[in-house]
Amino acid sequence: MESLFPLGIEQYLVGGLLVGLGISFVYIMTGLVSGVSTAFTSTWSFFSRDTTSFFRREKFLSSRTWRLSLVTGLMLGGLVYLVFINGGESTVASLSMTRLFFGGLLVGIGTRMAAGCPSGHGICGNAMLEKTSFISTVTFLSVGIVVALLTQSIF
Amino acid sequence: MNTKKHIAIILGGTLFGFGLAYSGAAVPEIVLSFLRLEDFGLVLVIGGALLVTLITFQLIPKLLSKPLLNGTFATSSRLSVSKWNVIGAAVFGAGWGISGLCPGTSFAAIGMGNWPILIGIIGMFIGAYVYGTLRNKGLTGIE
Repeated sequence: MESLFPLGIEQYLVGGLLVGLGISFVYIMTGLVSGVSTAFTSTWSFFSRDTTSFFRREKFLSSRTWRLSLVTGLMLGGLVYLVFINGGESTVASLSMTRLFFGGLLVGIGTRMAAGCPSGHGICGNAMLEKTSFISTVTFLSVGIVVALLTQSIF
Repeated sequence: MNTKKHIAIILGGTLFGFGLAYSGAAVPEIVLSFLRLEDFGLVLVIGGALLVTLITFQLIPKLLSKPLLNGTFATSSRLSVSKWNVIGAAVFGAGWGISGLCPGTSFAAIGMGNWPILIGIIGMFIGAYVYGTLRNKGLTGIE
């Protein structure tokens, strides 16, 4: 067990259950499914004037405000952790700007192409027993593992 | 959408973001240690979240006729599997493996004061713009 979980299991298990409770709360109150990555596309709709544009499809226009509320909540949750659990001490990423930027770029393209990310497919879609989400999850886990191992051996 | 719903979404989102922060999943180095198969904690994060949401999504629509603040419960769309599920997930997986970032955890990380992650979020917005532009230029994809 120790070798599989060098940091212990408590933080992971408690954190995961809280994530599930947060998503459940949104669903019970509003019926909405808390996928995060659609927010990137739906937010671009605020800047698009062309009514035939992909960015102005109904599914993005009709969800763009609540998706910003969800993103606001996610940031607030991190802030609550920073203030009340971590005593105001922030963790700062040790990765290079290049890795963060190009990683983020591929995350943006890929999640929109697959219509979902770990929250939309990995948690919500799988919990809805969607076949597409299962396929997406297996794919991003496998590719993620291969690329992370390759990145480690190169850099 | 009314203010009550927005408040409920912000509250639920806060719990969601706090859970990501507490679990360590919002720290890209921890995600990368999982993807390098050095620490399997992320399995417990996804597993724990999946267990709770599975019960909620499968049970609540049977117990309640509609959400507490009105509207309708989203249910499975039963889309058929498209090649874009696989290609898109592979592109995302590559970005995930390089950076340890995913959309939800990146926003939680900003709240935790992890400012460099903003560069990743800017990358994600640009990526979504690139994808939408490709769709406008005729690329097929998931509807």
